[in-house]
Amino acid sequence: MAGAMLALIGFFLSLYLWLWKTGVLGTLACGSGSCDFVQLSEYGELFGQPVALYGVIGYLGLFATGLWGLQGRWVARREPTVVLAVLSGLGVAFTAYLTYLEAAVLHAWCRWCLISAAIIVAIFASAVAGLWSTRTVSPPAGSR
Amino acid sequence: MAEARRMKGFYLGLAAVAVIGVAAILWARSNAAGGVEEIGPIPVSTEAFPGYSMGSDSAPVQIIEYGDFQCPACGQFAVLTGPDVKRRLVETGQVRWTFRDFPLGIHPNALVAHLAAACADEQGQFWNMHDQLYFRLGEWAPERRPARMFRDYARVIGLDVKQFEDCVDSRRYLGRIEATRRTGETVGVSSTPTFIIGNLRVSGSLSFDSIQVLVNRVAGANR
Repeated sequence: MAGAMLALIGFFLSLYLWLWKTGVLGTLACGSGSCDFVQLSEYGELFGQPVALYGVIGYLGLFATGLWGLQGRWVARREPTVVLAVLSGLGVAFTAYLTYLEAAVLHAWCRWCLISAAIIVAIFASAVAGLWSTRTVSPPAGSR
Repeated sequence: MAEARRMKGFYLGLAAVAVIGVAAILWARSNAAGGVEEIGPIPVSTEAFPGYSMGSDSAPVQIIEYGDFQCPACGQFAVLTGPDVKRRLVETGQVRWTFRDFPLGIHPNALVAHLAAACADEQGQFWNMHDQLYFRLGEWAPERRPARMFRDYARVIGLDVKQFEDCVDSRRYLGRIEATRRTGETVGVSSTPTFIIGNLRVSGSLSFDSIQVLVNRVAGANR
Protein backbone atom coordinates (compact mmCIF):
# COMPACT_ATOMS: atom_id res chain seq x y z
CA MET A 1 0.00 0.00 0.00
CA ALA A 2 2.70 2.44 1.01
CA GLY A 3 4.61 1.64 -2.17
CA ALA A 4 1.65 2.42 -4.42
CA MET A 5 0.81 5.62 -2.56
CA LEU A 6 4.41 6.89 -2.67
CA ALA A 7 4.74 5.91 -6.33
CA LEU A 8 1.67 7.97 -7.19
CA ILE A 9 3.15 11.00 -5.43
CA GLY A 10 6.45 10.42 -7.26
CA PHE A 11 4.57 10.12 -10.54
CA PHE A 12 2.99 13.57 -10.16
CA LEU A 13 6.28 15.09 -9.09
CA SER A 14 8.07 13.68 -12.17
CA LEU A 15 5.15 14.70 -14.36
CA TYR A 16 5.50 18.27 -13.11
CA LEU A 17 9.22 18.36 -13.93
CA TRP A 18 8.67 16.72 -17.31
CA LEU A 19 5.88 19.13 -18.30
CA TRP A 20 8.11 22.04 -17.29
CA LYS A 21 10.98 20.66 -19.33
CA THR A 22 8.79 20.29 -22.38
CA GLY A 23 7.63 23.90 -22.05
CA VAL A 24 4.03 23.20 -21.02
CA LEU A 25 4.48 24.94 -17.66
CA GLY A 26 5.96 28.43 -17.46
CA THR A 27 8.23 28.70 -14.47
CA LEU A 28 9.49 26.01 -12.15
CA ALA A 29 8.58 26.59 -8.50
CA CYS A 30 11.77 25.86 -6.61
CA GLY A 31 12.17 28.34 -3.76
CA SER A 32 15.84 29.22 -3.46
CA GLY A 33 17.01 25.96 -5.05
CA SER A 34 18.56 25.44 -8.47
CA CYS A 35 15.96 23.16 -10.05
CA ASP A 36 16.03 24.88 -13.43
CA PHE A 37 19.82 24.84 -13.52
CA VAL A 38 19.89 21.11 -12.80
CA GLN A 39 17.07 20.35 -15.21
CA LEU A 40 18.61 22.35 -18.04
CA SER A 41 22.12 20.98 -17.53
CA GLU A 42 23.55 18.36 -19.87
CA TYR A 43 22.60 15.77 -17.24
CA GLY A 44 18.94 16.75 -17.45
CA GLU A 45 18.60 14.47 -20.47
CA LEU A 46 19.41 10.84 -21.08
CA PHE A 47 19.36 9.24 -24.54
CA GLY A 48 17.76 12.40 -25.89
CA GLN A 49 14.85 12.39 -23.43
CA PRO A 50 14.37 14.43 -20.25
CA VAL A 51 15.39 12.49 -17.14
CA ALA A 52 12.01 13.43 -15.67
CA LEU A 53 10.31 11.33 -18.36
CA TYR A 54 12.12 8.25 -17.05
CA GLY A 55 10.78 9.20 -13.63
CA VAL A 56 7.21 9.40 -14.99
CA ILE A 57 7.51 5.95 -16.58
CA GLY A 58 9.33 4.45 -13.61
CA TYR A 59 6.87 5.68 -11.01
CA LEU A 60 3.96 4.58 -13.17
CA GLY A 61 5.51 1.10 -13.29
CA LEU A 62 6.00 1.08 -9.53
CA PHE A 63 2.43 2.27 -8.99
CA ALA A 64 1.06 -0.50 -11.22
CA THR A 65 3.23 -3.06 -9.41
CA GLY A 66 2.03 -1.78 -6.05
CA LEU A 67 -1.62 -2.14 -7.12
CA TRP A 68 -0.94 -5.59 -8.59
CA GLY A 69 0.24 -6.80 -5.20
CA LEU A 70 -3.05 -5.73 -3.63
CA GLN A 71 -5.27 -7.68 -5.99
CA GLY A 72 -7.05 -10.88 -4.86
CA ARG A 73 -4.83 -13.91 -5.00
CA TRP A 74 -1.64 -11.86 -5.24
CA VAL A 75 -2.03 -10.38 -1.77
CA ALA A 76 -0.44 -13.38 -0.05
CA ARG A 77 2.25 -13.94 -2.69
CA ARG A 78 5.76 -12.59 -2.75
CA GLU A 79 6.20 -11.98 -6.50
CA PRO A 80 4.73 -8.44 -6.65
CA THR A 81 6.83 -7.39 -3.67
CA VAL A 82 9.95 -8.89 -5.24
CA VAL A 83 9.27 -6.99 -8.48
CA LEU A 84 8.63 -3.81 -6.47
CA ALA A 85 11.91 -4.26 -4.59
CA VAL A 86 13.89 -4.90 -7.79
CA LEU A 87 12.37 -1.95 -9.70
CA SER A 88 12.69 0.46 -6.80
CA GLY A 89 16.24 -0.81 -6.18
CA LEU A 90 17.13 0.15 -9.75
CA GLY A 91 15.45 3.50 -9.10
CA VAL A 92 17.52 4.03 -5.97
CA ALA A 93 20.74 3.28 -7.90
CA PHE A 94 19.78 5.73 -10.67
CA THR A 95 18.77 8.36 -8.13
CA ALA A 96 22.07 7.91 -6.28
CA TYR A 97 23.89 8.62 -9.55
CA LEU A 98 21.80 11.75 -10.19
CA THR A 99 22.33 12.98 -6.64
CA TYR A 100 26.07 12.45 -7.03
CA LEU A 101 25.97 14.61 -10.18
CA GLU A 102 24.17 17.37 -8.31
CA ALA A 103 26.64 17.28 -5.43
CA ALA A 104 29.94 16.71 -7.20
CA VAL A 105 29.55 17.93 -10.77
CA LEU A 106 26.83 20.59 -10.92
CA HIS A 107 27.24 21.87 -7.35
CA ALA A 108 23.54 22.67 -7.42
CA TRP A 109 20.52 21.10 -5.80
CA CYS A 110 17.10 20.55 -7.21
CA ARG A 111 14.64 20.26 -4.33
CA TRP A 112 12.14 18.27 -6.36
CA CYS A 113 14.87 15.80 -7.25
CA LEU A 114 15.75 15.41 -3.57
CA ILE A 115 12.10 14.81 -2.70
CA SER A 116 11.94 12.21 -5.47
CA ALA A 117 15.09 10.60 -4.07
CA ALA A 118 13.46 10.36 -0.64
CA ILE A 119 10.32 8.84 -2.21
CA ILE A 120 12.18 6.15 -4.16
CA VAL A 121 14.24 5.23 -1.10
CA ALA A 122 11.03 4.98 0.94
CA ILE A 123 9.42 2.73 -1.70
CA PHE A 124 12.48 0.49 -1.72
CA ALA A 125 12.54 0.36 2.08
CA SER A 126 8.83 -0.53 2.24
CA ALA A 127 9.30 -3.27 -0.38
CA VAL A 128 12.26 -4.74 1.50
CA ALA A 129 10.29 -4.58 4.75
CA GLY A 130 7.40 -6.34 2.98
CA LEU A 131 9.72 -9.08 1.77
CA TRP A 132 11.20 -9.44 5.24
CA SER A 133 7.80 -9.78 6.88
CA THR A 134 6.47 -12.34 4.34
CA ARG A 135 9.69 -14.35 4.71
CA THR A 136 8.76 -15.25 8.26
CA VAL A 137 5.06 -15.96 7.57
CA SER A 138 4.10 -19.41 6.36
CA PRO A 139 1.93 -19.39 3.23
CA PRO A 140 -1.70 -20.30 3.83
CA ALA A 141 -2.60 -23.93 3.30
CA GLY A 142 -3.47 -24.77 -0.30
CA SER A 143 -1.86 -21.65 -1.67
CA ARG A 144 0.94 -23.58 -3.41
CA MET B 1 -14.74 -6.54 7.04
CA ALA B 2 -11.90 -4.58 8.59
CA GLU B 3 -9.75 -5.43 5.58
CA ALA B 4 -12.41 -4.13 3.18
CA ARG B 5 -12.61 -0.91 5.18
CA ARG B 6 -8.85 -0.59 5.10
CA MET B 7 -8.78 -1.05 1.31
CA LYS B 8 -11.55 1.47 0.87
CA GLY B 9 -9.55 4.01 2.88
CA PHE B 10 -6.48 3.23 0.80
CA TYR B 11 -8.26 3.79 -2.51
CA LEU B 12 -9.78 7.00 -1.19
CA GLY B 13 -6.27 8.10 -0.25
CA LEU B 14 -5.04 7.30 -3.78
CA ALA B 15 -7.94 9.26 -5.25
CA ALA B 16 -7.10 12.22 -3.00
CA VAL B 17 -3.45 12.17 -4.11
CA ALA B 18 -4.54 11.96 -7.75
CA VAL B 19 -6.96 14.87 -7.39
CA ILE B 20 -4.36 17.01 -5.59
CA GLY B 21 -1.71 16.11 -8.19
CA VAL B 22 -3.91 16.94 -11.18
CA ALA B 23 -5.12 20.15 -9.51
CA ALA B 24 -1.54 21.26 -8.75
CA ILE B 25 -0.44 20.71 -12.33
CA LEU B 26 -3.49 22.47 -13.74
CA TRP B 27 -2.84 25.37 -11.37
CA ALA B 28 0.80 25.58 -12.52
CA ARG B 29 -0.40 25.42 -16.12
CA SER B 30 -2.93 28.20 -15.66
CA ASN B 31 -0.27 30.35 -14.01
CA ALA B 32 1.97 29.82 -17.02
CA ALA B 33 -0.69 30.73 -19.51
CA GLY B 34 -2.40 33.48 -17.61
CA GLY B 35 0.61 35.16 -16.05
CA VAL B 36 0.10 38.36 -17.98
CA GLU B 37 -0.64 41.32 -15.77
CA GLU B 38 -1.62 44.79 -16.80
CA ILE B 39 0.45 47.42 -15.05
CA GLY B 40 0.27 51.17 -14.87
CA PRO B 41 2.70 53.62 -16.48
CA ILE B 42 6.27 52.53 -15.81
CA PRO B 43 8.15 55.05 -13.67
CA VAL B 44 11.45 55.49 -15.47
CA SER B 45 13.83 58.04 -14.05
CA THR B 46 15.59 59.99 -16.77
CA GLU B 47 18.78 59.55 -14.78
CA ALA B 48 18.41 55.79 -14.64
CA PHE B 49 20.31 53.62 -17.09
CA PRO B 50 17.75 52.75 -19.77
CA GLY B 51 19.24 49.34 -20.52
CA TYR B 52 20.82 47.84 -23.61
CA SER B 53 18.61 48.24 -26.64
CA MET B 54 18.37 47.02 -30.19
CA GLY B 55 15.89 47.89 -32.88
CA SER B 56 14.29 51.05 -34.17
CA ASP B 57 13.47 53.96 -31.85
CA SER B 58 10.21 54.33 -33.74
CA ALA B 59 9.11 50.71 -33.33
CA PRO B 60 5.45 50.63 -32.21
CA VAL B 61 6.11 48.23 -29.33
CA GLN B 62 8.87 48.26 -26.77
CA ILE B 63 9.78 45.10 -24.88
CA ILE B 64 11.93 45.34 -21.79
CA GLU B 65 13.45 42.10 -20.57
CA TYR B 66 14.66 41.93 -16.98
CA GLY B 67 17.19 39.14 -17.10
CA ASP B 68 19.83 37.41 -15.02
CA PHE B 69 22.77 35.98 -16.95
CA GLN B 70 23.00 32.95 -14.66
CA CYS B 71 19.29 32.17 -14.84
CA PRO B 72 18.74 28.99 -16.87
CA ALA B 73 15.23 30.03 -17.92
CA CYS B 74 16.70 33.28 -19.31
CA GLY B 75 19.34 31.19 -21.07
CA GLN B 76 16.69 28.92 -22.48
CA PHE B 77 14.81 31.96 -23.77
CA ALA B 78 17.95 33.55 -25.24
CA VAL B 79 18.92 30.36 -27.03
CA LEU B 80 15.54 29.08 -28.19
CA THR B 81 13.42 32.19 -28.70
CA GLY B 82 15.85 35.12 -28.83
CA PRO B 83 17.09 34.57 -32.41
CA ASP B 84 13.51 34.36 -33.73
CA VAL B 85 12.48 37.51 -31.86
CA LYS B 86 15.46 39.38 -33.26
CA ARG B 87 14.91 38.27 -36.84
CA ARG B 88 11.11 38.41 -37.02
CA LEU B 89 10.21 41.26 -34.67
CA VAL B 90 13.21 43.50 -34.06
CA GLU B 91 14.77 43.51 -37.53
CA THR B 92 11.36 44.02 -39.12
CA GLY B 93 10.83 47.19 -37.09
CA GLN B 94 7.90 45.91 -35.05
CA VAL B 95 9.70 45.85 -31.72
CA ARG B 96 12.44 47.69 -29.92
CA TRP B 97 14.08 45.26 -27.48
CA THR B 98 15.77 46.36 -24.27
CA PHE B 99 17.67 44.17 -21.84
CA ARG B 100 17.93 45.31 -18.23
CA ASP B 101 20.09 43.84 -15.49
CA PHE B 102 18.33 41.85 -12.82
CA PRO B 103 20.99 39.64 -11.19
CA LEU B 104 19.46 37.39 -8.56
CA GLY B 105 21.16 36.85 -5.22
CA ILE B 106 20.78 33.07 -5.52
CA HIS B 107 23.17 32.98 -8.49
CA PRO B 108 26.73 33.48 -7.24
CA ASN B 109 28.25 34.25 -10.65
CA ALA B 110 25.48 36.47 -11.96
CA LEU B 111 26.91 39.79 -10.81
CA VAL B 112 30.30 39.30 -12.43
CA ALA B 113 28.55 38.17 -15.62
CA HIS B 114 26.53 41.38 -15.64
CA LEU B 115 29.75 43.34 -15.08
CA ALA B 116 31.30 41.51 -18.04
CA ALA B 117 28.34 42.43 -20.22
CA ALA B 118 28.49 46.08 -19.12
CA CYS B 119 32.22 46.16 -19.87
CA ALA B 120 31.63 44.61 -23.29
CA ASP B 121 29.10 47.38 -23.90
CA GLU B 122 31.88 49.93 -23.34
CA GLN B 123 33.38 48.56 -26.54
CA GLY B 124 30.03 48.35 -28.32
CA GLN B 125 29.71 44.58 -27.99
CA PHE B 126 27.00 44.06 -25.38
CA TRP B 127 24.82 41.82 -27.52
CA ASN B 128 27.70 39.62 -28.59
CA MET B 129 28.73 39.16 -24.96
CA HIS B 130 25.06 38.60 -24.05
CA ASP B 131 24.96 35.73 -26.55
CA GLN B 132 28.27 34.29 -25.36
CA LEU B 133 27.08 34.32 -21.75
CA TYR B 134 23.76 32.65 -22.46
CA PHE B 135 24.88 30.16 -25.07
CA ARG B 136 27.76 29.04 -22.85
CA LEU B 137 25.91 29.28 -19.55
CA GLY B 138 26.46 25.62 -18.70
CA GLU B 139 30.19 26.14 -19.08
CA TRP B 140 30.76 29.10 -16.74
CA ALA B 141 27.87 28.87 -14.28
CA PRO B 142 29.40 26.08 -12.14
CA GLU B 143 32.85 27.74 -12.12
CA ARG B 144 34.29 29.25 -8.98
CA ARG B 145 36.16 31.90 -10.97
CA PRO B 146 34.12 32.57 -14.11
CA ALA B 147 36.00 35.81 -14.90
CA ARG B 148 38.73 33.73 -16.57
CA MET B 149 36.17 32.34 -18.99
CA PHE B 150 34.68 35.76 -19.63
CA ARG B 151 38.15 36.91 -20.70
CA ASP B 152 38.12 34.14 -23.32
CA TYR B 153 34.66 35.19 -24.49
CA ALA B 154 35.91 38.79 -24.75
CA ARG B 155 38.73 37.58 -26.97
CA VAL B 156 36.31 35.55 -29.12
CA ILE B 157 34.09 38.57 -29.81
CA GLY B 158 37.09 40.77 -30.57
CA LEU B 159 37.26 43.01 -27.52
CA ASP B 160 40.39 44.73 -26.29
CA VAL B 161 40.96 42.17 -23.55
CA LYS B 162 43.15 44.39 -21.38
CA GLN B 163 40.57 47.18 -21.37
CA PHE B 164 37.83 44.62 -20.70
CA GLU B 165 39.69 43.10 -17.75
CA ASP B 166 40.50 46.48 -16.24
CA CYS B 167 36.83 47.39 -16.49
CA VAL B 168 35.61 44.17 -14.84
CA ASP B 169 38.23 44.45 -12.09
CA SER B 170 37.25 48.06 -11.36
CA ARG B 171 33.61 46.95 -10.82
CA ARG B 172 32.60 50.43 -11.93
CA TYR B 173 29.20 49.33 -13.21
CA LEU B 174 28.19 47.64 -9.99
CA GLY B 175 26.12 50.60 -8.79
CA ARG B 176 24.37 50.96 -12.12
CA ILE B 177 23.50 47.26 -12.21
CA GLU B 178 22.07 47.43 -8.71
CA ALA B 179 20.09 50.59 -9.56
CA THR B 180 18.63 48.87 -12.62
CA ARG B 181 17.68 45.84 -10.56
CA ARG B 182 15.87 48.09 -8.07
CA THR B 183 14.06 49.83 -10.91
CA GLY B 184 12.84 46.38 -11.90
CA GLU B 185 11.55 45.75 -8.41
CA THR B 186 9.56 48.97 -8.53
CA VAL B 187 7.62 47.63 -11.52
CA GLY B 188 6.96 44.31 -9.79
CA VAL B 189 9.77 42.18 -11.17
CA SER B 190 10.63 39.37 -8.77
CA SER B 191 11.83 36.58 -11.04
CA THR B 192 13.66 36.24 -14.31
CA PRO B 193 13.09 36.52 -17.12
CA THR B 194 10.30 39.06 -16.75
CA PHE B 195 9.14 40.99 -19.78
CA ILE B 196 7.44 44.36 -19.86
CA ILE B 197 5.58 44.52 -23.15
CA GLY B 198 3.86 47.89 -23.39
CA ASN B 199 1.70 47.94 -20.28
CA LEU B 200 1.85 44.17 -19.76
CA ARG B 201 4.15 42.30 -17.41
CA VAL B 202 4.75 38.61 -17.95
CA SER B 203 7.25 36.24 -16.37
CA GLY B 204 8.87 33.05 -17.58
CA SER B 205 10.64 31.81 -20.66
CA LEU B 206 8.08 32.68 -23.33
CA SER B 207 7.75 31.03 -26.71
CA PHE B 208 7.93 33.13 -29.84
CA ASP B 209 4.21 32.63 -30.44
CA SER B 210 3.35 33.95 -26.96
CA ILE B 211 5.45 37.04 -27.56
CA GLN B 212 3.89 37.58 -30.96
CA VAL B 213 0.39 37.41 -29.43
CA LEU B 214 1.30 39.96 -26.74
CA VAL B 215 3.00 42.26 -29.24
CA ASN B 216 -0.10 42.18 -31.46
CA ARG B 217 -2.26 42.93 -28.41
CA VAL B 218 -0.15 45.93 -27.38
CA ALA B 219 0.20 47.18 -30.96
CA GLY B 220 -3.59 46.92 -31.38
CA ALA B 221 -4.19 48.90 -28.21
CA ASN B 222 -1.72 51.59 -29.33
CA ARG B 223 -3.47 52.14 -32.65
